[in-house]
Amino acid sequence: MNNNTSLFQKDMVQQALTQSFLKLNPKTMFRNPVMFTVWIGTLVMLIVSFWTLTGAQGQGSFGYNFTVFIILLLTLLFANFAEAIAEARGKAQADSLRKTREETPAKLENGKMISSAQLQKGDTFVCEAGDIIPSDGEIVKGLATIDESAITGESAPVIREAGGDKSSVTGGTKVLSDRIVVKVTTQPGESFLDKMIALVEGAARQKTPNEIALTILLAGFTLVFIIVCVTLKPFADYANVSITIASFISLFICLIPTTIGGLLSAIGIAGMDRALRANVITKSGKAVETAGDIDVLLLDKTGTITIGNRKATNFYPAGGIDEKRLIKAAVLSSMSDETPEGKSIIELSEKLDVKSEIKRDLSLLTSHISPNFVKFTAETRSSGIDYESTRIRKGAADAIKNIVIEAGNTFPIEVGESVKAIAQNGGTPLVVSENEIVLGVIELQDIIKPGIQERFERLRKMGIKTVMVTGDNPLTAKFIAEKAGVDDFIAEAKPEDKMNYIKKEQSEGRLVAMMGDGTNDAPALAQADVGVAMNSGTQAAKEAGNMVDLDNDPTKLIEIVEIGKQLLMTRGTLTTFSIANDVAKYFAIIPALFITAIPALQRLNIMNLNSPETAILAAVIFNAIIIPLLIPLALKGVAYKPIGASALLRRNLLIFGLGGVLVPFLGIKLIDMAISVFF
Amino acid sequence: MNTEVLGIIVMFTLSILLAIPLGKYIARVYGGEKTLLDPVFNPVERFFYKISGIKPQTEMNWKQHMVALLTINMIWFLLGMLILMTQGNLPLNPDKNASMSADLAFNTVISFVVNCNLQHYSGESGLSYLGQYWLMFLQFVSAGTGMAAAVVVFRAFRDKSATSLGNFYNYFVKSCTRVLLPISFVVAIILAFEGTPMTFEGKDTITTLQGDNIEVSRGPAAAFVPIKHVGTNGGGFFGVNSAHPFENPSYLSNMVEMIAQLLVPMAMIFAFGYFIRRRKLSWMIFGVMTVGFLMLAVPSINMEMNGNPAIAAMGIDNSLGAMEGKEVRVGAPASGFWSIVTTVISTGSVNSMHDSSMPLSGMNELLAMMINSFYGGVGVGILNFFVFIILAVFISGLMVGRTPEFLGKKVEAREMKIAMIIALLHPFLILVGTALAAALPQYTMDSLNNPGFHGLSEMLYEYTSSSANNGSGFEGLGDNTIWWNISTGFVLILSRFLPIIGPVAIAGLLAEKKFIPEGEGTLKTDTSTFGLMVFAVIAIVAALAFFPVLALGPIAEYFSLY
Repeated sequence: MNNNTSLFQKDMVQQALTQSFLKLNPKTMFRNPVMFTVWIGTLVMLIVSFWTLTGAQGQGSFGYNFTVFIILLLTLLFANFAEAIAEARGKAQADSLRKTREETPAKLENGKMISSAQLQKGDTFVCEAGDIIPSDGEIVKGLATIDESAITGESAPVIREAGGDKSSVTGGTKVLSDRIVVKVTTQPGESFLDKMIALVEGAARQKTPNEIALTILLAGFTLVFIIVCVTLKPFADYANVSITIASFISLFICLIPTTIGGLLSAIGIAGMDRALRANVITKSGKAVETAGDIDVLLLDKTGTITIGNRKATNFYPAGGIDEKRLIKAAVLSSMSDETPEGKSIIELSEKLDVKSEIKRDLSLLTSHISPNFVKFTAETRSSGIDYESTRIRKGAADAIKNIVIEAGNTFPIEVGESVKAIAQNGGTPLVVSENEIVLGVIELQDIIKPGIQERFERLRKMGIKTVMVTGDNPLTAKFIAEKAGVDDFIAEAKPEDKMNYIKKEQSEGRLVAMMGDGTNDAPALAQADVGVAMNSGTQAAKEAGNMVDLDNDPTKLIEIVEIGKQLLMTRGTLTTFSIANDVAKYFAIIPALFITAIPALQRLNIMNLNSPETAILAAVIFNAIIIPLLIPLALKGVAYKPIGASALLRRNLLIFGLGGVLVPFLGIKLIDMAISVFF
Repeated sequence: MNTEVLGIIVMFTLSILLAIPLGKYIARVYGGEKTLLDPVFNPVERFFYKISGIKPQTEMNWKQHMVALLTINMIWFLLGMLILMTQGNLPLNPDKNASMSADLAFNTVISFVVNCNLQHYSGESGLSYLGQYWLMFLQFVSAGTGMAAAVVVFRAFRDKSATSLGNFYNYFVKSCTRVLLPISFVVAIILAFEGTPMTFEGKDTITTLQGDNIEVSRGPAAAFVPIKHVGTNGGGFFGVNSAHPFENPSYLSNMVEMIAQLLVPMAMIFAFGYFIRRRKLSWMIFGVMTVGFLMLAVPSINMEMNGNPAIAAMGIDNSLGAMEGKEVRVGAPASGFWSIVTTVISTGSVNSMHDSSMPLSGMNELLAMMINSFYGGVGVGILNFFVFIILAVFISGLMVGRTPEFLGKKVEAREMKIAMIIALLHPFLILVGTALAAALPQYTMDSLNNPGFHGLSEMLYEYTSSSANNGSGFEGLGDNTIWWNISTGFVLILSRFLPIIGPVAIAGLLAEKKFIPEGEGTLKTDTSTFGLMVFAVIAIVAALAFFPVLALGPIAEYFSLY
């Protein structure tokens, strides 16, 4: 995965520079009302510049007017550049993903080879070990190990097989073993990635609801200042003050929120781009925005909160039974057990002090017997091993209890008690019996991912409720929920439970996000406000959600929420900054407009700027260069800190509000000092 | 401490102390709970509802509320035109005052219907007692209209989700009978004892020590003056308003009138908190308003107390403060305080001539009306403030990383559109109105009392006062001309009804939305941080737009003087 962090790469910058000029097309500019008014202002200044050449009186020199024109043009170009560089970055990111799936030959079932570009939806193709999968699709036949590192960066191969929830393959990944038949699920050019690229490039980009509302606010501010500047003309005439067109235009451009107006679309694109950098494909800009509003997160226990599977942590021998005997039996019964739980029992036995002794006994035993392994079935709910006259079983407490009691033996009370104690501690007890006599209990525990508590704490501070979804019984679920620090849990969860939970939360006005991969998750993914489908999931799940996570990482939801919040915050803070700048600009321009006619107003010139011309130029230059200076912030987003809404508001008000008032005073003064050299 | 300053502090503190329990009472009134005056008014109300066929229990949505509001306002306007244009021939006209011209009647009736009371006439010679009574009626009902509209907004946030928001007529009548009438009654009695006349007889004649015969106008002023303040109307019975010795005879009457105008606007803020059971929110609103108010009032009082340097330069004792245009019984500090109270709140009654205020006091009076929501008029003040809250919620909501919401309701494009139009309207009307007046000297220059910066301030003040529905005048302006009557008349209509309909529409739209429970990530709107944000929005939206014109008016005047 190409995750370069440098904001400006040479080729991207070049591309963006060209785009900045192309975007001067009024049709493109019209999409952004704030910058469109700047566009008109620039045009007017161009005309005025030439007018002064042909001898217009009272409008200042050609040089001055033309300088204002150039600065305004730069303002436009800077704003266009911000948008273009955001687009270029997003596109580069998407392209690097797309490159992996360019022009790979596809082998049809009849053996014919065609190019991947010719594959139509519904076609089937064959992939064997060593082949690159030519297109996204669903396995209809076979099973294969696949290297998905090209997409996810994860080097461990994964298994994909027909039927079930692991049937989806991604174009560009490599088959390592076996043979699969894959059905194409998307038309060429219509994959999620293609859609995302279209979103980033602007062709399909629609303004999100929040962007529309913000644009209304900004257009409103622009209108206020149109009124202010237009009505200033009769007031000035009344006061016998003559104001040049350049001054009017400068005042207007400085007052309208050009900073946020110029950066607004870049911020939106950067939001999608950041999602893409986190390996999440979003189907709309709105989904990212909504993610910032999420109130409830549904998280699967396995893989998100706990590390994959349960692990054996303890052996508890029954009364009168030697611990070694229990361990020996447990290990024997797990010898052919391929489940992670079974493996963990052997791992645990190897860690104990007694391991060498047991190993010796076992190797003695296994060398001369021919064991018969008993597989786990849903009916017996136990598995084990038979050899010679020994029958060892391990399984759920009640299953073993039945076996023992049927044989006329008793189930020891202390074993019953440790079974209960283990369950209460969130563990899973496995009882081991030998020849229908209980030897003891193995404790399996869920291992909670390191650091997950802190992440939930962070989410809580963000105001997000976390809900753990698990198939465990309520007792176990409760224990793990408490230990991991989630706020609620759904135990013994069936797919419809998720759906009902989401609906319930939504009916109370909350926004819910969830992650899922199975076909039976699809309805819930569609119902959730933010549904993130895993890329490994089924096509149905991917269609239903509004984001696809290429890494199949269940903790990704947390990142997505932060990306959404960052997006909204960046908009808010830059709006505040932009509007707060007006105070200083007023103090630069208003005295400059009037002091020639009304010398008394010199005292309003609190920055002590050099002359009316330099004051106006300084304000306009500041207004222009603040845009490129803020591009990195717009692209990276304002850092989100989960410190509670009020504290966050205080912090951002201080930085961007107070900063927005003070910075231009300093900036304008410095620019004025610099350009005074030329005047 | 200076007793004059102490007097101001007492007035202000008393107003707050009285406003809190009154707010609780008002919340009870609108909540439909039993109140003390029910036995008196319930039967009367029932009778009137019956003959007019109104069912006060019928629930209305926000649109029905607005239709009801506009309809009765229209009727009051038509009746008013009829009465003022024929009053010369109607009864209760002992001084034989003439009927009004059409353009003056248009301006007068509108300005009383919209709670502005811009008076381009003098009560002594321009109106019969019947005319005065009709205007007094309008002072009650226009205040009641504003309060009823505010209650619609209150209702929108009381329940988690609602489309029906109570009955307009019920809120309106209750506002008049349970709040405005009783308070006015108490004030009237105090004023009558202080010497305000209450008679239907015509002019009296006195012979001065010089032997001249002087005619003295009088009339039922003690009934008229209280509602002028309690309803934040501001239209005086006599031409010079509360500077007139009959209308405001003593320092005590001055205090009572001051408290009377602050009382209901302040109480409405507390009523909001009690009504929606979020008292902390009330304190945030009250805090922001009070800080804003003090930032305007304290410098003004200070400047008025310090007197005029141009007069000091002539060697004249200035120690009483800038006394030009002020009444000795009131004094400079209390006049300065009043001038800000009356402009911050949309009363517009005056006890001194604002034309004579020091330049920056004049600017503060202008700013008070440009902002128009530090307390503001009865009912409408909180509506104006609500628009600023919506704008602040939008920006600060984004700053904490959520799409914006207020009291559990998402603020989206539609609400923003309305809020922005309303926020734009006020600067639009003021600036465009003044700009037209400045650009068309053939209609306006003859009416200006002063040339230069002060003349611009006079024109600016007239439109600001109209657009803020304030009604005070810089009074240097000869404003009874067709230009001023008609142009301010239209400003009055637009600036009254749109800023009522806008917030009510926003509230109505929000009320219909799903309620989102508050969480850790939700922006709390009842904190001082959010208060600061609202303040910043008000300062930038409302004040900054006027900076250029203020620089050419009062600021230029100030720098020329000091």
